[in-house]
Amino acid sequence: MADSGSEEIAVIGNTDLTPSESENNLKNTMVEKGTSLLKMMEISVAEAEKRTGKNAVNMQETYTVYLIETRPVDAASEGTNPVPDSLWRRYSEFELLRNYLLVTYPFSVVPPLPEKRAEFVWHKLSADNMDPDFVERRRVGLENFLLRVASHPDLSSDKIFYSFLTEENGWKETVFETGFQAKADSRLKALNATFRVKNPDKRFAEMKHYGDELQSVISQLLRVRARAADRLYGVYKVHGNYGRVFSEWSAIEKEMGDGLQSAGHHMDAYAASVDDILEEEEHYADQLKEYLFYADALRAVCRKHELTQYELEMAAQDLTSKKQQREELATGTIRTFSLKGMTSKLFGQETPEQREAKLKMLETQIEEGEELVKERNAECEEFVKSAWVDIERFKEQKDHDLREALISYAIMQISMCKKGIQVWNNAKECFSKM
Amino acid sequence: MSAMSAGAPRSLASSGQKSIQDILHPLSAEESALNPGSAAEKDLILPNGTPVDTSSPASSSSLLNRLQLDDDLDGETRDLFVTVDDPKKHVSTMETYITYRVCTKTTRTEFDLPEYSVRRRYQDFDWLRNKLEESQPTHLIPPLPEKFVMKGVVDRFSEEFVETRRKALDKFLKRVADHPVLSFNEHFNAFLSAKDLNKRQGLALLTKMGESVKYVTGGYKLRARPVEFAAMGDYLDLFTQKLGTIDRIAQRIIKEQSEFLMELREYGPVYSSWSSFEEDLHDPLEGVSGCMSNCSSALEELTEDMSEDFLPVLREYVLYIESMKNVLKKRDQVQAEYETKLEAVVFREDKKTPVPTDVEKCQDRVECFNADLKADWDRWENNKRQDFRQLLTGMADKNIQYYEKCLAAWESLIPVLQDKQEAEGETS
Repeated sequence: MADSGSEEIAVIGNTDLTPSESENNLKNTMVEKGTSLLKMMEISVAEAEKRTGKNAVNMQETYTVYLIETRPVDAASEGTNPVPDSLWRRYSEFELLRNYLLVTYPFSVVPPLPEKRAEFVWHKLSADNMDPDFVERRRVGLENFLLRVASHPDLSSDKIFYSFLTEENGWKETVFETGFQAKADSRLKALNATFRVKNPDKRFAEMKHYGDELQSVISQLLRVRARAADRLYGVYKVHGNYGRVFSEWSAIEKEMGDGLQSAGHHMDAYAASVDDILEEEEHYADQLKEYLFYADALRAVCRKHELTQYELEMAAQDLTSKKQQREELATGTIRTFSLKGMTSKLFGQETPEQREAKLKMLETQIEEGEELVKERNAECEEFVKSAWVDIERFKEQKDHDLREALISYAIMQISMCKKGIQVWNNAKECFSKM
Repeated sequence: MSAMSAGAPRSLASSGQKSIQDILHPLSAEESALNPGSAAEKDLILPNGTPVDTSSPASSSSLLNRLQLDDDLDGETRDLFVTVDDPKKHVSTMETYITYRVCTKTTRTEFDLPEYSVRRRYQDFDWLRNKLEESQPTHLIPPLPEKFVMKGVVDRFSEEFVETRRKALDKFLKRVADHPVLSFNEHFNAFLSAKDLNKRQGLALLTKMGESVKYVTGGYKLRARPVEFAAMGDYLDLFTQKLGTIDRIAQRIIKEQSEFLMELREYGPVYSSWSSFEEDLHDPLEGVSGCMSNCSSALEELTEDMSEDFLPVLREYVLYIESMKNVLKKRDQVQAEYETKLEAVVFREDKKTPVPTDVEKCQDRVECFNADLKADWDRWENNKRQDFRQLLTGMADKNIQYYEKCLAAWESLIPVLQDKQEAEGETS
């Protein structure tokens, strides 16, 4: 698991684990897993900037771009610290990259992007995409996405991904040249189609069910958490009113005045402290959101399995019926109802030549069918094998990450309690001097 | 007070029936002097050697002595202890009500026994307060908790309500018991000791509603309140305002905390249902759920405490201030009467006849009132300071306790969250 030797990973018990430290945690874990890409280069999303330009329909629009920085790993350790390579990308390009990966690696649980629009907001949190806090959280989320892809055993070696990180111009064209778009459309269609699979792999069925439940529970969690955050904000802020009234009151008192006045200041400090608390909690919410969207990716893989299985079953079914038809034709017995059979009964039998032709066609079809079934079967097996490997990898990652998230959440709560005790102790001291 | 034990002061007779000149200062009284039918008209000497000037009780020496009396009472030389406890419900065909046990321990000779234990209900306390106001109009009478409960659906017989009320009644009696003048009031004595208070009350009910007869001074207009009393009035006005604001803030906080609690109560269980379909994460998630449940309980306790302990005390003080403002008004009335009568006398033609006694009486009344009020004011300020120090410190304590409970819960969760990691480390 996470190594305890590195100084960059916060020791449990250090209650001041900042969001950047827990990010560092994540990075170090990923580097350890050691994909060749991450061993080679450092990746970060360093900045965000607003741009204006003309869009596809020639209208003025404002959008945000993010600076992707890459730097060879050796250079940093040498201490020379050269200027990193960098390029700007906007959110839609990240989306394009992800769609490409989804289509190209259907057996991988592809890491999700940070949310497109702010959801699960509470009243102080802006739902505006242009809001600087939202942009900042998105920047962090995009960096996280890149690091996840870069640490994935299969995705990290993708060339399109590499050029996304390194080639500013012409990347879009390169992606479209792969022709993934066509596959993307059919994939979407298939994912949304309803069909019944007779023999899905039990593990995948369970995983899909798990994905559904995970999605449902995290949504609920995020919703209630946002409401609770709103209420907590109210509690803290109203205490600020004590600050004001204690100050006013102290003005009409003689001996009690000083104690009241200073206590009032502590009440103000208490009220102000909630902003930092909730900002940190937002980071926790983002961690949950990542897995909310991951659940979607997991379900997509399971769906893909169903699809391949379904196609196999369809091919097998088709083959079986064709074989049956051949048998009937050869033996002259009609076991299955067919329009041909009925018409031939009504309108007379076929000629031996016609039957011969039919049989030959069926034979060919059966041959092709068997090939198809073999193919599909191989596809299915291959898919199951690769996908299950990635699902297992994902499970481990999920268990680790969520556990870490819960730990840092607990640490956050501990810090909040300690701050509360401190403030009220200070106030108590002032009161006792009244 | 130990110096007083030899010549323990008698309770002050109802000052309305005698001319104030005839009433002896409590400090000045020696037993023989107050015995009816006592022949000797001794020179009254204070225990500290100062001869008592009984012609004008409001003279500086007696004023000083009154203050001395207060100091003694604050020490360990208390001789009257009162507590209110043991609330019990009584159900009869006519009504249901609560009685409280009132226990008294005393060495004062005004009481026949050294200990008393009686049962009283709220209306008895109400009766007592009215009698005190009537018979000691120059003094600040502590307030009672509100008679009627109007806010929301409050159960008069719920544990919380009864306990809150008991505390307030206890405080009321303690404040009276600590007062150097009020504690010697005969009605107070009766309240603490009488087996059957109702007989006494019966007579009193008739005069319950009336303003104190002796101080009914209709329509005299006061030119100007003396500076010190004006300052008191101004302070009370401002202080009431601040108390009102604090009350509103406290209520708002309780409301916000209750709503936060509601969300917390929904939030925790979600982790629990999540844990039901996780393997590795089952224990951590279950742990988080349990932790939140603990925090919820702690918050509920905090909110309840604030409702039951903090708000009632604030409200009590608002009532206290109201009655104090009334006393100030009465004082104004007394002064106004005196000044009017004095003016009438000053402007009469014949300046040779001595000042009529009723004007002198008015002057005495004014000076007496002022003295009592000032003494009570100082005591009140002191008590106020202590009360609010205690109240606010209590509020801080409750919040500290809340956070400490939550802290303990979260800290004990950390090992649970980390646990599997060590196990996995071993196996992998």
